[in-house]
Amino acid sequence: MKRLWLAIMALLAAALCSPPLAAQDLLPPAPYAYKQIADPALEAKAQTLMLTLRCLKCQSQSIADSDAPMAGDMRHQVRTRIAAGEDPEAIRVWLIERYGDYVSYTPQLKPITWPLFAAPLIILVLAALLLRGRFRRSKAAA
Amino acid sequence: MIAELGLAMLWIAAALAALQLVAGCLALTPKGGLFMGLVRPVAIAQGVLVAGAFAALIWLFLSTDLSVKLVAGNSHAAKPWIFKLAATWGNHEGSMLMWVTIMSIGGGVVALVEKRLREETLVATLAGQAFVSLGFYAFLLLASNPFQRLPEPAAEGQGLNPLLQDIGLAFHPPTLYVGYVGLSIAFSFAIGALVTRDVGPAFARAMRPWVLGAWIFLTLGITAGSYWAYYTLGWGGWWFWDPVENASLMPWLAATALLHSCSVLASRGALKAWTVMLGVVAFSMSMVGTFLVRSGILTSVHAFAVDPTRGSFILALLAIYIGGALTLFALRANTVTEGARFSFVSREASLVFNNVMLCGILGIVLIGTLYPLLTEAMGVKVSVGPPYFNPVSAFFAIPMFLIMAVGPLLRWRDDKAARITWAVAVPAFLAAAALLGIVIFAPAVSVLSALGLALAPALALASLMPLRGRNLRRTPLPIYGGVLAHLGIAVALFGMASESAFSTEKLAAMNPGDVQQVGPYAITLKGIDPVAGPNWTALEATLAASYEGAAPIILRPQARTFSNPPGNRTESALSTRWNGQLYLVLGEEAADGRWQMRLWWKPFAPLIWYGGVLIALGGLLALVGRVARDVKRLVATDKIAFRRTAQGR
Repeated sequence: MKRLWLAIMALLAAALCSPPLAAQDLLPPAPYAYKQIADPALEAKAQTLMLTLRCLKCQSQSIADSDAPMAGDMRHQVRTRIAAGEDPEAIRVWLIERYGDYVSYTPQLKPITWPLFAAPLIILVLAALLLRGRFRRSKAAA
Repeated sequence: MIAELGLAMLWIAAALAALQLVAGCLALTPKGGLFMGLVRPVAIAQGVLVAGAFAALIWLFLSTDLSVKLVAGNSHAAKPWIFKLAATWGNHEGSMLMWVTIMSIGGGVVALVEKRLREETLVATLAGQAFVSLGFYAFLLLASNPFQRLPEPAAEGQGLNPLLQDIGLAFHPPTLYVGYVGLSIAFSFAIGALVTRDVGPAFARAMRPWVLGAWIFLTLGITAGSYWAYYTLGWGGWWFWDPVENASLMPWLAATALLHSCSVLASRGALKAWTVMLGVVAFSMSMVGTFLVRSGILTSVHAFAVDPTRGSFILALLAIYIGGALTLFALRANTVTEGARFSFVSREASLVFNNVMLCGILGIVLIGTLYPLLTEAMGVKVSVGPPYFNPVSAFFAIPMFLIMAVGPLLRWRDDKAARITWAVAVPAFLAAAALLGIVIFAPAVSVLSALGLALAPALALASLMPLRGRNLRRTPLPIYGGVLAHLGIAVALFGMASESAFSTEKLAAMNPGDVQQVGPYAITLKGIDPVAGPNWTALEATLAASYEGAAPIILRPQARTFSNPPGNRTESALSTRWNGQLYLVLGEEAADGRWQMRLWWKPFAPLIWYGGVLIALGGLLALVGRVARDVKRLVATDKIAFRRTAQGR
């Protein structure tokens, strides 16, 4: 009896989970999700950009690395726009306007990310100070 | 019954850890000689008991005892036994028990074999180890009891995430954990030596095998994890700068620095404060890694805020141990001298430079990993990914590689640059020529890849230079170890640069009979068939791949569907040659009935992981060399002691 109950629950769960998938199928197909641009130079350009865009439905994967339908749609968008001659950075800006900064793996230079860009410089200065102190002292002793 | 037994053993082990801490502290007081002899046996007993508790949990998983909450939530009777075993640590509670088990066994082994250190320092070390493990016992027993029973046994288990049902991943977490926990032993040594003001070469020699061992396991764990991501995620990526990956990379960077500075301290008596500091940093990074992976903070800061118990617990432990260690360091800073001096051109100086560069990379990875969490807490979501990490870490890594080529050739303490001119000039010339060749023949290659491709062969050559003029049969193993590890870095670097510069990708919708060209391969789709495994069903493509017109080989990528719990996983098909790897993935059926195939040719990509294995092998050689010498010395002193007692009679 318990088994049967579990089976029913599982079926119900499956039914509840499937509508988004079914809805995906109803959307117009995104031909460039799994198709490359014929011109290799343009495809390389698109690939470089796609590697720096985040798949919003996955954990830490770029849209170039993901099976998620949304990533496929975004690949389609990127390839279509690149093929139409748009500038990659313009496409990034357009995507950021739609989805926010989160979508770009390249951090945008804004007040909120200043510390991120300052960090390497600070580390560099610290490293230089540390090394200088270290070697000056050892020279003094030598 | 088994579950209760396991829990009881865990409680007793925790009590023994408390005893170990108290006895250790008392033993260090002026009149505490009485307690001195107690610490070692208690540490050994604690290790044995907690190993018993872990064995009990393994037993529960292997027998799929569904009355235990953890088993019911993470396992399933229909799984192959190896994944039942892996499910033991494929969850929060089990992995924390594994952490404590490895830590306490480590402490037991230290208690059993360590004879070089002064007894006070050893006792202080074991007390430190008990202090650290007590925190984790508390975490287990109060916030994540793995042995908890269900009020009513479950009818069936919920299974293990299909992504984790892979032999590579089954052994990936334990490998990393051994690494993390090895660093906790190094940390305990640092504490012990600080407490007894005993930071010197003997301390470094006692600590070194643990650091080496931890580092070998971390190297293997990272390499295996990267390869696993590469072949299961199905898009050819092998490193994502994912916080979970960074969580394993950060301890590795710190351990690499610690390893080198430990060597300086052991053989030259220099870099005392620096070594102790790195010991603290390395374990902090293990704890940060554990916090990131175990607190749930990565899915979302908000998910963490909803149930902060576990995260806060680990964070509190982190604050106690690291804060405590730093306070102790500050109190003892005046007694830890800098140690022996060295000049600007010396092996020590090059090691110091590279340690600073490693810490620079560590800082970048740490900030890049934590920064998005910080902004998310403030309400802004940002992403920090490869476009940030790659160039910024290369900025520190490239000078480091250059010094890595030179450093092992220099003498300790003081050297003349003129002495090694030739040994440096040849690789430098090679690098310059390679760079020129790339600029002329492959101008489209990105700057970082070009630098990597040019530097790697030169680094490989330079890494062999320490062997020149040596009698190869009398060269000590640790020297070979260093050579091999540095060679591994060069090999991996070449693989990474080549993969990113020269990979070719082909996305195609294919009918049976269609042929597609990717790199040097012609790929024919023969057919698509359903197949079934023990707990999955799959669609399997049969493809014939012919390398430049040679007889074709058959490859079978699959798209698997798991039932318990439901989930999908691509099973890519790989074919490795000396000069690269063919990588095939079966996608979905397109609307017109054709099959989506993803085909890659990745020149020299396998070198990435071969390099990782070489690095670990280098560590292993060094470890074997060191331990063999220690054992020899131990036997010799035992013999002398034995003779003395014999003569005394």
